[in-house]
Order: sequence, then C-alpha cells, then structure tokens
Amino acid sequence: MKIKGWKEIMPGGLVTEPGSSVTYETGTWRSSRPTIDKERCTHCLLCWVFCPDGSIVVRDSKVVGIDLKHCKGCGICANECPRHAITMVDEIKARVEEGLS
Amino acid sequence: MSNVIQQVKGKVVALEGDYAIAEALRQINPDVMAAYPITPQTEIVQKFSEFYAEGVVDTEFVPVESEHAALSTCVGASAAGARAMTATCGAGLALMWEILWCASGLRLPIVMAVVNRSLSAPLNILTDQTDEMATRDAGWVQLYAESHQEAYDNIIQAVRIAEHPDVMLPTMCGMAGFVLGHALGQLELLPDEAVRKFVHIYHPHYSLLDTDCPVTFGAFDHWDYFFPHKRQQWEGLNNALRVIPEIGEEFGRLTGRYYGLVEPYMLDDAEVAIVIIGSAAGATRVAIDEMRAEGIKVGMLKVRCYRPFPADAIAEALQGRKAVAVLDRTSCMGGEGSPLFTEICSALYNRNIAMKIISYTYGLGGYDTIPEEFCQVYRNLLQIAQGGKIEPIHRFLSLPERGES
Amino acid sequence: MAIKLTDICNKEEKLASGHRGCIGCAETIIVRQVMAAIDGPVVVASPTGCLEIITTPFPTTAWRVPWIHNAFENSSSTLAGAETAYRSLVKQGKIEDKGLKFVVFGGDGATYDIGLQFISGVIERGHRLLYVCLNNEAYMNTGIQRSSATPLGAWTTTTPVGKAVPGKIQPRKNLIAIVAAHNIPYAAQAAPHAWRDLMTKVQKAIAIDGPSVIDVLSPCARGWRHSTNETIAISRLSAETGAWPLYEVDHGKWKLNYNPVPRKPVIEWLKAQGRFSHLLQPGNEHIVEEFQQQIDKQWAELESMSQ
Repeated sequence: MKIKGWKEIMPGGLVTEPGSSVTYETGTWRSSRPTIDKERCTHCLLCWVFCPDGSIVVRDSKVVGIDLKHCKGCGICANECPRHAITMVDEIKARVEEGLS
Repeated sequence: MSNVIQQVKGKVVALEGDYAIAEALRQINPDVMAAYPITPQTEIVQKFSEFYAEGVVDTEFVPVESEHAALSTCVGASAAGARAMTATCGAGLALMWEILWCASGLRLPIVMAVVNRSLSAPLNILTDQTDEMATRDAGWVQLYAESHQEAYDNIIQAVRIAEHPDVMLPTMCGMAGFVLGHALGQLELLPDEAVRKFVHIYHPHYSLLDTDCPVTFGAFDHWDYFFPHKRQQWEGLNNALRVIPEIGEEFGRLTGRYYGLVEPYMLDDAEVAIVIIGSAAGATRVAIDEMRAEGIKVGMLKVRCYRPFPADAIAEALQGRKAVAVLDRTSCMGGEGSPLFTEICSALYNRNIAMKIISYTYGLGGYDTIPEEFCQVYRNLLQIAQGGKIEPIHRFLSLPERGES
Repeated sequence: MAIKLTDICNKEEKLASGHRGCIGCAETIIVRQVMAAIDGPVVVASPTGCLEIITTPFPTTAWRVPWIHNAFENSSSTLAGAETAYRSLVKQGKIEDKGLKFVVFGGDGATYDIGLQFISGVIERGHRLLYVCLNNEAYMNTGIQRSSATPLGAWTTTTPVGKAVPGKIQPRKNLIAIVAAHNIPYAAQAAPHAWRDLMTKVQKAIAIDGPSVIDVLSPCARGWRHSTNETIAISRLSAETGAWPLYEVDHGKWKLNYNPVPRKPVIEWLKAQGRFSHLLQPGNEHIVEEFQQQIDKQWAELESMSQ
C-alpha cells in the first residue's frame, strides 16, 4: 500500500472508515483451514460465538461457510464443535486441491 | 464579522488571580471541567465548585482523584466534542506529563490554567515557571500572564486559539502562583454575554459520541505514519503564530486590550533590554521607569507566547539593541543558559542579528526579586554594551554566596 | 429471557475481521461476545495493550463503533470524560439523548496494576460505564511479563523459573473484592466458554445507571503456552477447577453462577498450560498444594457469601 504524505492523512490518528481492517487479509497467516461437514452441522452456532476472527459466515442464523480471507486457522471451531462437523485440513493441501497453489 | 465588534464596558473589580481565572471559567461555561486541587491552584477549583453547586454554570464538574485523571478525563470529554477545561500547577502538571502529549497528539483543544509553581525537591509551593516551561515540547500552545487582567483575558482568548481549525491544539495559560494567584489585583471583568459571544459555541469536526459516523480516535501509528502525524501537529502549532495575534486583535476591539505574541515596553530607543516572561515584567517596568527618569535608555520585551516560539517577533523587536539579558524563571539544569535565552540566541543568529546577550536565572521557588535588582541587570548590560566583560554568560540573579551577618 | 445465539448472530459485528490478534486469541472472542450482547449505540475505549494494537493500526480500524485510545493507565478516566461530556451535552440540549452506552476493554495490566487508581476514582464518582477486564493474567502485549493478576507459580518472563525462585511467588490480586468494596452496583467474573453467562452479565451491567466491572478470563495461547485451538477448552477448565470462579456481586449480593460438583483438582488446569509445567516437577508439589488450598478457601468464602 502506498504510504500517504503528511498533508494527506487525518490529523491526530483519526480513522473515519469504520471496520476498514477487513482490507487486511489475515487468512494468509493460516497453516490449516476449517472445513465444515454440512451433513453433520446442526447450526448450533457455537463455532460462531467462539471464533476470534468473526470468520464463521452466518446467514439467517445458519452457518453457511468460512471467511477464508480472514480465518487464521486457530482450530477453536473444530475443537468446540459438539457434532465434530469441522475438520482442520492442511492449508497447502487444501490450496492444491482447489487449484489455487 | 469582526469589523462590527463594539467595545464593551466591563466591571472593574479587585480579585485574587485564582478567582479571576475562576470567573473566566464561569463565563466561558465549558461543557466539562475536570480538576484536582493543588496549591496554589486550589482556589480555582474551590470557586468553580461553588459555581457548580449553585447551578450558575451548565458545566459538568468532575472532581477527579489526581491531575493525571483530570487531564485524562478532559481528553475523553474533548474527543466527545465537549469544550473541556482544567487547571493545575507544579507537581500536578508534572503528573499530567504523559497525557499532555496525548492531548496534543490527538489534536484536542483543551484549555488549562497553570498557576505556576516550582517542582520538588526540596518541596516548595511558591512560584517559578519550571513546571510549565518543562512541558515546552509537549505540543501545547503556551501563554503567560503578567497581571490579573492578562490572566483573565488569556483564558478567554485561549479557547478561541485552541479551537481554531488551523490550530486544534490544547492551550495552557500560565500565571504566577501567589504573586498573582493569591494576591488581590484590579481587573476589568467583561459582561458574561460578551464572553459567551466571544468564545461562541464549539462545533467539533468529529465526536466520539457520533455513533452514526463512528470514528476511531488515537489509532496506533507504526513507523510509517507517526512522523507524518507529528509534522501535521508542528504545522498546527506554527499556525498559532498567526492565529494568536488575530484573536488578540479581535479581543482588543471588544475590550480595548490588544494582545500579540510579545509586548515591548520602552524598547524602541532602548540601548539595552531585558527579555522576560510573566509577572516579574511588572517589577521590570518599575526599574525601567526609574532609570528612564535618569535618562538611561533601557527597555523590555515581554514574551507572552512561549509556544509556538515567536522567533520573528522577538528578533524584530530586539534588533538594534546593544546588549540583552534574557531572564528565565525556570530551573533548567545544565544548559548553555536557560531555555528562553538559548532559543533567542538561535533566533538572532539565524537572522544575522548580532548583539551581546546574557542569560539570567531568577526567582526560583518564590525567591523575591525587586526592581533594584533589575536596575542592576540594566547597569551590567550597559557595561557590556560599552565593551565590558560579558562572562559569565549564565548568571543567577541576586543570589548571594553567603548571607549577611 | 435466555440469550439465544440464533437471535444475536445476524447482527452486524462491531469488531471487524482483519484485526491482527494472535491465532486463537481469547480477547477478540470476548469482545465479540460482549458487543453482541449490547443493543443500541456503544462507545468504546481501550488502554494501550494487545487489543488496542491489533485493532487500530493506522490508517485502518477494526472498530465499527466510536473508539478511543488515550494511554495505558487511564481508559476508565478517558471514557468517564466522554460519558460526562454526553451527560453535559444532553442536559444542555446540544445533542440528543440516544441512550448511549460506554464500555472499556482493558487488559489485566491496565486494570489490576497501572490503572487501578483511575478505576477506583471512576467507580467512586459513579460514572455510567462498563469496565471489562480482558484478563490474560500477564503483560502479553510486551512479551509475557507478570502482573498482579498472574496466578501463583506461573512462569512469565519477569517471574522466570530458576533454581532459587520457582515462578511467581504471590497469588493473584482479588480485583472483584476490591471493586465490590466500592459498593459498586454490579461486578462479576466471567469467562468466554460460558458465553451465555458472560452475555447475561454484560446485559445486567449495561442496564445499570452507574459503574460496573466484569473481569473476564482471557486464555492466551502465547503466554499460557497452550495450543491455539484450546483457548475455549482451557477457559472451561478454569471454571471447572475453580481456578476462575464464575460469580457476580449484584448490588451487594454475592452469587456463584457455576458450581461444578465435583470440582476438578486444579492440577488439571495447571498441567494443560506450559506456563505451569515446572509445577509438575518433583519438589514443587507444595506450590500445587498451596494453589489448591487457596482455591478451596476462596470457594468456601464464595459459597458462604452466596448464601
């Protein structure tokens, strides 16, 4: 990102764009990624409430996926899922399988 | 708009300096006042507490548990878009130290009265300017008062200076403890309405209370943006060099009392001059009048605004003097003279103005200084001007090595 | 009415993704839970610390609510200033009363140590704000130095395990007892695994017209030396062993909110964390024993006060 000059930035360290941290993709930190077995998931939402990164995507109170741009792969969701519906898989392998590597 | 200002007639009263400040605070009627009592500032807080208790101000008064909390509370209140004020001195100002930088770095226009007091140890509650001058680099605008009237007037102008969109920086107003703070002095109080109209209502650009447009105050800067933010802050403080005289001019049209960055006294034709800050300028005037009566051409430059440093105004005023003594009432240890002295030397040097210039430290911790001692300074300067010995460059005014028996 | 995840999960997150929290950080879990529990507009302050650094690297912010950082020790006073400003401006009719709520999120260093005087002042003066301590039991932002919230026996970088001294030799300070001694309307201990208990406490606290403090245990994978996926499991174990009792002091009434029967021995909590690994070595049994005795004593007190 281009560093702005002193006349171009907000004074006093003000940030006027709320939630602008989303532009920073912490998903690149991940060494393993959660995958959800949709058959087993009961949408209890414990993964959502225990996620440090707000990366469990929920729509109409249902778990619909993982925000891989920001999920850091801590594995708390997999550890806490009462139905063992979430598995952590190796990130490199997952990318190879996705053809993204 | 400023052209239509009508001069108003105030009420002439006799007040202690602390009460004069409290009256100014009452008339400004800030949204939030957070303060902690400390000698010799205590009477400001006491008096303002009375105003609060009687309901004559709209202010929410927060009687905090320390000066550090006082300024911290003001930072939160100011970020929330309130006009926030406080008062302190000496050790209290020292305890605020860290937050002085936060307030200026966050660009919050807090106004603070400082009833100048020495710093321990040894414990001493009397006046010098060590407390405020030690905060020189904290990024606040600094004004100092010579008299009760100036102390009162400065606080009112400080609100406008701090909140000026080109400045947006906290401002402190110094006044000598006891000498002004506890002594009765005559001054003219403006009508309440005139003060309220002069300071008008504060409209912040951003507020912590605006939940529709949420703003993050005090984000953390890495190497990439800290320096740029400091550069901006520098710009804001330098802008005050223009804004302070503008506000002083407007205030003058309202009151007949005009203010600038510096104030000369009998300086135009003076061969030698004293440069001084604060209440001792009064004793210097007496000395000047005595010597002028004898036909000796001496003068004074009083520095009202110490930060930002008015280098141009000082150099211009001192140009043509043969010898100058800069008198500092601060125990700045180990320098080549005292802080005002070194900075004036720098201002003169950079403008190719050559003159003999010496530094005096005087009056620390309330050590009394009388007009005759300023006369002696002038006599020394006249000798130096005529080719006499300039050394020592840094001197201690009227401080005998041994007492008289 | 019991809080249901299905009701709160559709609200906009007040803490956006992209923050730089360590992998498996409990602090951001707690912040998400607290913010999800509060309805209506909120203003937040944070002292210097992990949360501040990870959420606001200029020119971006993870906050979708107004937020302020002033310094390390004074977030309570700073937010009290904003709260005072709000009262003043509303009273004068300069702004409208939107029922704003005020929340501080501060680490244990900022709360137990350097900021304690400020918090005491804010409580004594009755400012209307909720102070949430994100208690990871040490100065984690600067690299795991001990605080007065660090438990007995714990290794930190300033209580290293040596031949002469086996980690921290003092038990942690009892913050809630100190806070409760101010006759505060509401104070509690909570932990993120017990999300409903935590959110219920937040809702009780935020509804009060006065100060409240919730001390939330915040397991730290880096500092406690556990795996990143165990954050919530360790939190759970802390409650099950009584190492971190979940209780509240509601208008002077003490209440244990969770009373496991049987209570697991503290050794189970200790052995799950690398910071206590030396306590499992021969010769250090007495420290474990002392730790257990302290828990038993505190538990008995809590049970008796909860009567």
